[in-house]
Amino acid sequence: MSIFVDENTKVVYQGLTGSQGRYYGLLNRDYGTQVVAGTNPKKAGEEVDGIPIFASVADAVSATGATASCIFIPAPGVKAAVMEAAEGGVEFIVCITEGVPAQDEAWFFNKLQRDFPGVQLLGPNCPGIISPGKCNIGITAGHIAKEPVPGEKNVGIVSRSGTLTYQALYELKLQDVGVTTCVGIGGDPVPGTSFIDCLERFEADPETSAVMMIGEIGGSAEEEAAEFIKARMSKPVVAYIAGQTAPAGKKMGHAGAIVSGGKGTAKAKMEALTDAGVRVGAHPTEAGSLMVEVIRSL
Amino acid sequence: MDLFEYQGKQFFASFDIPVSAGEAVTTVEDAVAAAERLDQWPVVVKAQVHTGGRGKAGGVKLANSVEEVREHATNILGLDIKGHIVKIVWIEVGSDIAEEYYASFTLDRSAKKHLGMLSAQGGVEIEAVAESDPDAIAKIWIDPVDGLDEATAREWVAAAKLNPQATEGAVDILLKLYRAYTEGDADLVEINPLILKPTGEVHALDAKVTLDANAAFRHEWAEYEATQSRDEREQAAHEKGLQYVGLDGSVGIIANGAGLAMSTLDVVNQVGGSPANFLDIGGGANADVMAGALEVINNDPSVKSIFINIFGGITRGEEVANGIVEALNRVTIDAPIVIRLDGTNADEGRAILEPHLSGQLQMQPTMLDAARTAVALAADR
Repeated sequence: MSIFVDENTKVVYQGLTGSQGRYYGLLNRDYGTQVVAGTNPKKAGEEVDGIPIFASVADAVSATGATASCIFIPAPGVKAAVMEAAEGGVEFIVCITEGVPAQDEAWFFNKLQRDFPGVQLLGPNCPGIISPGKCNIGITAGHIAKEPVPGEKNVGIVSRSGTLTYQALYELKLQDVGVTTCVGIGGDPVPGTSFIDCLERFEADPETSAVMMIGEIGGSAEEEAAEFIKARMSKPVVAYIAGQTAPAGKKMGHAGAIVSGGKGTAKAKMEALTDAGVRVGAHPTEAGSLMVEVIRSL
Repeated sequence: MDLFEYQGKQFFASFDIPVSAGEAVTTVEDAVAAAERLDQWPVVVKAQVHTGGRGKAGGVKLANSVEEVREHATNILGLDIKGHIVKIVWIEVGSDIAEEYYASFTLDRSAKKHLGMLSAQGGVEIEAVAESDPDAIAKIWIDPVDGLDEATAREWVAAAKLNPQATEGAVDILLKLYRAYTEGDADLVEINPLILKPTGEVHALDAKVTLDANAAFRHEWAEYEATQSRDEREQAAHEKGLQYVGLDGSVGIIANGAGLAMSTLDVVNQVGGSPANFLDIGGGANADVMAGALEVINNDPSVKSIFINIFGGITRGEEVANGIVEALNRVTIDAPIVIRLDGTNADEGRAILEPHLSGQLQMQPTMLDAARTAVALAADR
């Protein structure tokens, strides 16, 4: 099995008519994702390479039965796009766009929780999600992910970083380890989906045998994940934390990656995870080999 | 984006928060002229730097006369406060202080709500108060969808046990400060001290504001942007639209993706080297971006070697390799370069780089090997 998305997920792309949306939307379709619709209020009735364009997510949902949306709308329009998706009736929203104002993020995160508790938002500023062999939504290169092998031990991945996620997928593939789902939760201060949201589902997913978690400096999401792992997880977790040598007070690329007031250091996160029984790699390659070691020992 | 105090006060004033009258100046003569124009004594001469601890460093002085303004401005302009050289001073009308409070709003990432902090113990570092007397800080968590209403603000002020005389003024300022924080797209707004004057008015005596650069598209922030303190390297990178942070070491870093770039710094440190910078060129790695990144790194005299760490995802290895080759044709690089190229079509990409390899341009199969080589090369020069 996989978490959040699978072969039955039908996706509407908000921004399919833009260059990024079109590029990745078509790549996702080539991968096998059910890309059923795009939206653009000015281009309803048109098509993008055979994919019908609707005026709104609600129209797309009623015409195609879309269950998920993927947002490739520029940052100023993201707040409206997220609400349009939720009101339109999809259950899962993937927001790839980076540079969304934190005030907007904090607002729509809470708005969704209150008025649309059944809707799961992933991102913003994330690479998306892939359940290898079934569904790929976002900007992950599908071919670097190995499909889960029935009867074998497979891994679930959750990560705050894009490229490090690809690296993790790639290293597992080289070692012939299959991946059930790989979730990029993104590097922003208020991610729609947290580590814990993913860990909870991986724990419940019978096909996932172990989890690889890639965190980075800033905030306390990794520490919270460590508490969850300690209290609630039976499956082994391997982790890597980026930014072990990042200076305090400097944002390291991601809006959320900053050590401030002595909080959010990699050291504290690694200690919390180690304390929760997680094996923590010093660098991505080491985390990759630890993961393989763990999976082979199961 | 951190604002100077005077900009923070202008920002506050645009939301009708009461602040002291004053002028920002860059020369001693202008400081004197500003004080004469204000014509209310005493005035305060305050260093404008993006760091705390100005008072202790001698960056805040009271002046009772033109002569004293001249003396203090002369001493403060050019002063080094924790590595920040003072180029601007703010001359403001002095305030009579009865009591000093603390007020701030920021995002609580863990609760995913806005966090307001209010304390009757202001004028000192709030971290120190949190340490010694945590109960002295009244905290409220605000759901962004609800916002802050007057009744809640009133209860909050009561919980913080401010002087009852300050209640009306504090409630008014807190409501305005919340608006400044949300509508103004700030990551942090802090008033320390928030003062009660003997006359009963409440007033923001200091202003610490960090704006969310992601929201620049809906504000007029050009003036704030123009005064950001960046070193030359950071400024050059900023102009090229690159995600760059200057560091103190000797190995120049170029990587695609913030996570991978951070990870590259870690690995360079782990093998005994020290990175000169963080530089994320983003997902693609075309020749333009690569050339721009190399130019920025090349202009940094402390760089002794360069480590290019690329993991191809959607962008294929051959595109990355062609980008690197073309960039190297455009920019003449002094320091030796070590490349690690992995991911999608890495073999094809390496084949393209192969004929260009030399002592000056090396390739290593893994991140760790590449880091070791780059660190060794930096040590040799």
